[in-house]
Amino acid sequence: MSDDPFERFKKCAVELLNVQPDQVTKEARFGDDLDADSLDLVELVMALEEEFDVTVDESELEGIETVGQAFDLINAKL
Amino acid sequence: MSRVALVTGGNRGIGLACARALADAGHRVAITYRSAPPEGVPADWLCVACDVTDTAQVDAAFSTIEAELGPVEILVSNAGVTADMLVLRMGEDAFGSVIDANLVGGFRVAKRAVAKMMRARFGRIIFLGSVVGSTGQAGQANYAASKAGLVGLARSLAREFASRSITVNVVAPGPVATEMFAAVSDDTRAAIEGAVPLGRLAEPEEVAAAVAFLASDAAGYITGAVVPVDGGLGMGAT
Repeated sequence: MSDDPFERFKKCAVELLNVQPDQVTKEARFGDDLDADSLDLVELVMALEEEFDVTVDESELEGIETVGQAFDLINAKL
Repeated sequence: MSRVALVTGGNRGIGLACARALADAGHRVAITYRSAPPEGVPADWLCVACDVTDTAQVDAAFSTIEAELGPVEILVSNAGVTADMLVLRMGEDAFGSVIDANLVGGFRVAKRAVAKMMRARFGRIIFLGSVVGSTGQAGQANYAASKAGLVGLARSLAREFASRSITVNVVAPGPVATEMFAAVSDDTRAAIEGAVPLGRLAEPEEVAAAVAFLASDAAGYITGAVVPVDGGLGMGAT
């Protein structure tokens, strides 16, 4: 597996959101571009917590709308 | 369609009847028990020890079931306790421990089950409530509160997971002829029977029939419902 954090992030998103890898850009919006609802996002966060061995508090998810924002949140904890 | 069904507290009483009804419907059945492993149940049932007040035990039980049978598709949250006494004599621990087993226990098993149901885009969760959750019952403030709480839990789950075709319902029995009831004196029993419009206790199988129906594919449009199986005792209270 790639060590690049964004590639690992992308792999989780592709698996859980059932999207193509090239759709997972940092500008992509979860709702509009990736057709993800709130349950999808919760599942994604749980998978990311496991993949990166980090903990994300509910309050940190406020206002997260794009892949880039979510990635930065996780990446800052590494 | 044969599915994997788990009944907590399926070793006796209503839970055992539910497990039998689900097995009769062709499902692969797992049950959990706390104190005594059941005797005389079919050899193909998976019987797992689990105290629903212990999150680690709940997780371990589900992991065992997933390894042996596959992810749980039908969850019957039945395990429960009573600690009856008048409120003036009821310590906070007697209140809290019943809530922990009956209500938080339901939350623990449902939470553990629902993640896998989400992935499968299918699930049936049925909580065993009680008529006293809506009517109240002297001597059962803790039990009644826990059973009323299950309704709010079930309806919230029903809303959260509706988009994944997971239905969540409550079956609310009245008095049922189980071991729990055998200890009741003849006078009390007669008084209870007199209060029930149908004039008798329910057999566990009559509760199980409603549970098995809600677990079936045919019940796919029923969610957030409280189905009384109480001989008419609770009419007008919900």
